[in-house]
Amino acid sequence: MMNRRDMLVGTGGAIAITLLPKPASATPEEMRMAVTRLFGDRPINDGRVSLKTPAIAENGNSVSVDIRVESPMIEDDHVTQIALFAEANPLPDMIHCRLSPAMGEARLASRVRLGDTQTITAIAEMSDGTLWSGTAETVVTLAACVLIN
Amino acid sequence: MFPVRIALPNAAKRGDIMEVRTLIQHPMETGLRRDQRGRAIPRDIITHFQCEYGGEVVFEADFFPAVAANPFLTFPLRAVESGDVIFTWTHQDGGETVETRTLTVE
Repeated sequence: MMNRRDMLVGTGGAIAITLLPKPASATPEEMRMAVTRLFGDRPINDGRVSLKTPAIAENGNSVSVDIRVESPMIEDDHVTQIALFAEANPLPDMIHCRLSPAMGEARLASRVRLGDTQTITAIAEMSDGTLWSGTAETVVTLAACVLIN
Repeated sequence: MFPVRIALPNAAKRGDIMEVRTLIQHPMETGLRRDQRGRAIPRDIITHFQCEYGGEVVFEADFFPAVAANPFLTFPLRAVESGDVIFTWTHQDGGETVETRTLTVE
């Protein structure tokens, strides 16, 4: 027979389940939508972009990323944009950069948060309008903190 | 204004490609976390960075919450002429942190 304590425990359990946040991560489909928002529906070629991340990150709160694009970086032929996207973070957009020939080379490095083990994608737009991409996978042992427990 | 660190040579030879390293001290609170009482911690981030040299914006970046705390950026810059290199970070509330370095090109 169900007594008051069982009732309370049961109700509390139900509330706890209701309050659990929905899984806080984008999907590959949401990532594709974010790419389309920035670059439109143009085809994306593999290559010319090298994205390096550590194979294993003990702490997803700060993961180094190094992006290099093959380009002469001259007025007639340079990289205009580089953007980085995550397929398993709460938000797919990570960083959008606009470059100019004045840089001399097409590369940058930064540090990002990874909410889970995943493949991230760097997409570069060239001055001729073509898009190129490179990917890197990082295994995250401690994910970037989404909730304080 | 937030504390920043910038590494850029004082002098360079014309045509050299320099390495520019920048960091701004800021927690980059994502807006996705909750405190111990379950209340949402509001988003508080730097949203934009730009570097001007020779009177032009030569590099700029939009930051999202996925950028780690104390946003760090390294990028190249070709030395062309002596002058100021101006770094501007913009907070989501519109406030700017601006730092200038003077470069001598030989």
